[in-house]
Parts: sequence; structure tokens; C-alpha cells
Amino acid sequence: MLGGLNAIVARDLRLSMRRRGDVLNHLVFFVIVVTLFPLGVGAEPNLLRAMAPGILWVAALLAAMLSLQRLFAADFADGTLEQMLISAQPLGVIVVGKMIAHWMMSGLPLTLLAPVLGVQFDLPQAALVTLVLSLAIGTPVLSLIGGVGAALTLGVRGGGVLLALLVLPLYVPVLIFGAGAVAEVSSGMSAAPHLSLLGAFLAISCAVAPWATCAALRVAYD
Amino acid sequence: MLEARDLACERGDLRLFSGLEFTLGAGELLWVRGPNGSGKTSLLRLVAGLSRPATGTIRWRGEDIRSLAEDYARELLFIGHANAVKEEFSAEENLAVSLELAGRRSSAAERAGALERLGLAARARLPSRYLSQGQKRRVALARLCLAADVPLWILDEPFAALDARALDTVVGLVDAHLARGGAAILTTHQEVTIAARARFSIALGD
Repeated sequence: MLGGLNAIVARDLRLSMRRRGDVLNHLVFFVIVVTLFPLGVGAEPNLLRAMAPGILWVAALLAAMLSLQRLFAADFADGTLEQMLISAQPLGVIVVGKMIAHWMMSGLPLTLLAPVLGVQFDLPQAALVTLVLSLAIGTPVLSLIGGVGAALTLGVRGGGVLLALLVLPLYVPVLIFGAGAVAEVSSGMSAAPHLSLLGAFLAISCAVAPWATCAALRVAYD
Repeated sequence: MLEARDLACERGDLRLFSGLEFTLGAGELLWVRGPNGSGKTSLLRLVAGLSRPATGTIRWRGEDIRSLAEDYARELLFIGHANAVKEEFSAEENLAVSLELAGRRSSAAERAGALERLGLAARARLPSRYLSQGQKRRVALARLCLAADVPLWILDEPFAALDARALDTVVGLVDAHLARGGAAILTTHQEVTIAARARFSIALGD
């Protein structure tokens, strides 16, 4: 079963490497959005420092959402998903594999890029470390919840807008506690409670999201 | 091996067929006929377990395919209308991925042999976006060469877009499968001759 999981992750990563443009798109989007804020708001260090956690988190969240639609759409269009549904591998393993690959191509690069951009906002080092931590725990939740949305809107016309409407409300708690963790550290307090709550979201979505995604995919074909 | 009882299929408000019954044994071929839109593909998808019948049950070796789940999927090879061929991958990689999904380990030599048999040897390493429609179909069908141990083949229009030589190859593969004691269900609008121990057909839409 683990071999099957590895094979799916490897396949999706290799596919992403062949379509590098798609992956770079949302990273460039992230960089541009974050960079525009200091230019628009003006070089007021205290204001920027206060706004940084929110800006970085909102931009990361939107960038992660941009890449969601591709999670199942291409496989749906060319019939690969059909083969996955009647694969010898349990569908749950395939879905988890695709979500892991999605995170490695969206959440992980965003997490690694964020501290570099955080420097623009003059964030102290402790806050940058917390930013990386909160994104490392929070972005997998975005991929997991997003997977459910992507599966539910499969084959629906105007699915992109629907996907955003469906998924964004569920992203709100992740945003609040993710950005909150960084803000706490900036103001000299401990980020532990916020990070623990993010961890709890991750645990819950690990348990529920793959199962819900499988059910949604089966419905899409029924 | 395969037994369908009182099958009915609905698409929206439209009832495509109802009260459909058949049994399929080792070495037997079921040919599903009918005009466009009569429910051939829907029937094949029901049998493959991709969708649920409105009424009725499908049993594989006496057990409902719904409860067998992956155990049934392992005994089944389904090639649908869509080729499941990724444009970014070469023919070789596409074949490797589809075999992986089917839970079958394959060596590079086996895959090369299968692609050669379908006349794709020269293009095995080319990204599939440079292949023609018929060649993509052949990439999908190359799986048949390495599916000797899969007892049930379900093929939806396998001969569409194939040239005469590839058609002969695929017919030969189905023949060999039936001679080994496998079972096959297929739809086609082309007249082909397949030697089967028993062949019977269902005509839908009459």
C-alpha cells in the first residue's frame, strides 16, 4: 500500500515537473501580491510589521487555492481518474497521494518562500521562524480541505468560482490561527496555543478530508 | 463468472434499459450492440463498477461487485472511451502508470515488448502530445498485452481510430484472452471476427 502511495506521489510530481509553468504561476502570484503591499501602503516600518502576518498568510492561502482546480481536473478530463476509481489500489491511497503531491508543489514552496518575503516587512527573526512553522502546519490543511472542494466541483461549469465559495469559509479558521501565531510572536507572546490549534485542524482534516474526497469523486462518476 | 440480474440504468429522467440479464462464463464474449445513445457505454460502466445501477445486481463469482471493491478491480481490465493517456508522458511512461494503477508490476522489457506489438516501438519515448488519435488509442490498448492474468476485459469501442493492422493485433489479443479462458465484454460498430467458445450479443435500444 505504501508502494502504491509512493508511486502516485512520484507520478504527480513528475507530471508537475513537465508542466513547470503551472507550478511557477502561483508562486509568482504569491511573490507579486506580497511585494505590492509595501509599495501600496508606503514604507512605514511599524505599519508593515503589524500587517505582515496577515498579508503573507492571505497571499499564501490564495496562491494555494489557485492551484486547487488542477488537482483532479486533468485526470478527470483524460479518463485517468476513471482508471483510478477502479484501480487495484484503494481510492483513499490514491487521493492521499495526490494531496501530498499537491502540497509538495504548492504549500511547501510557499512555506520556503515566505521567510524571504517576510524580510521585506522587517519581521523579527522569531516571527519569521513562527511564520514558517505556521505555514508548514497550515498549508497541508489547505491542500486537504481544498481536495474535497476540487472533487465536489469536478465537471461543474464555472467550477472555479464555486470552488472558491465552497472552500474559502473553511479556510478562515486556518487563516485566523496561522496569521495569529505570527502576530503573537511579533508582540512578544508565545505562539504555542495558535500552533496547537493549527495542529488540531491538521489532525481533523487528515482524518476526514480523504474520506470525503473519495465519496465526492464516486458521486462525480455515478 | 459474471452474472447480471434485472439491471436497469437511468440517465437523468431517461430510462436507457431495464430488466437486463446475462451471465458470462470462462472463454465467453459478450458483444453489446445498439445505436448511439442506447446505453452501451452506460452498461459497460455499470459492469466495471464505475456507476451504480438503478435496480438490479451484478455478481462476480457469486459475490456482489459492490462488496468486492478492489478485489473485483484486480480481476478487471476496463478501457473506456477516454484513453487515460497523459500528453506530458511518453507512451512508455503512460503504460507504466496504467499498469501501476492496475496493481501489476512490469519490467521495462515487458513494456517495450507490448508497445512494439502495437507498433509504437519507434515512438515509445516521445511525449504523447505528438501522437495521433489512433496512436494514443494504441498506447491505451498496449495494456492488453500484459493482462494475461486478468480474467475479465471490458472494452468500450476498442477498435475506434485504429488502422487495419492494429485492429488485427487487438482482435488477436482478445482471441488469445478468450482461448486462455478469460471473459470479455465489448462494444464496437465495426464488423470483426473473434473466435470465442461462446459469443452472444445484447442489442440495446430496440
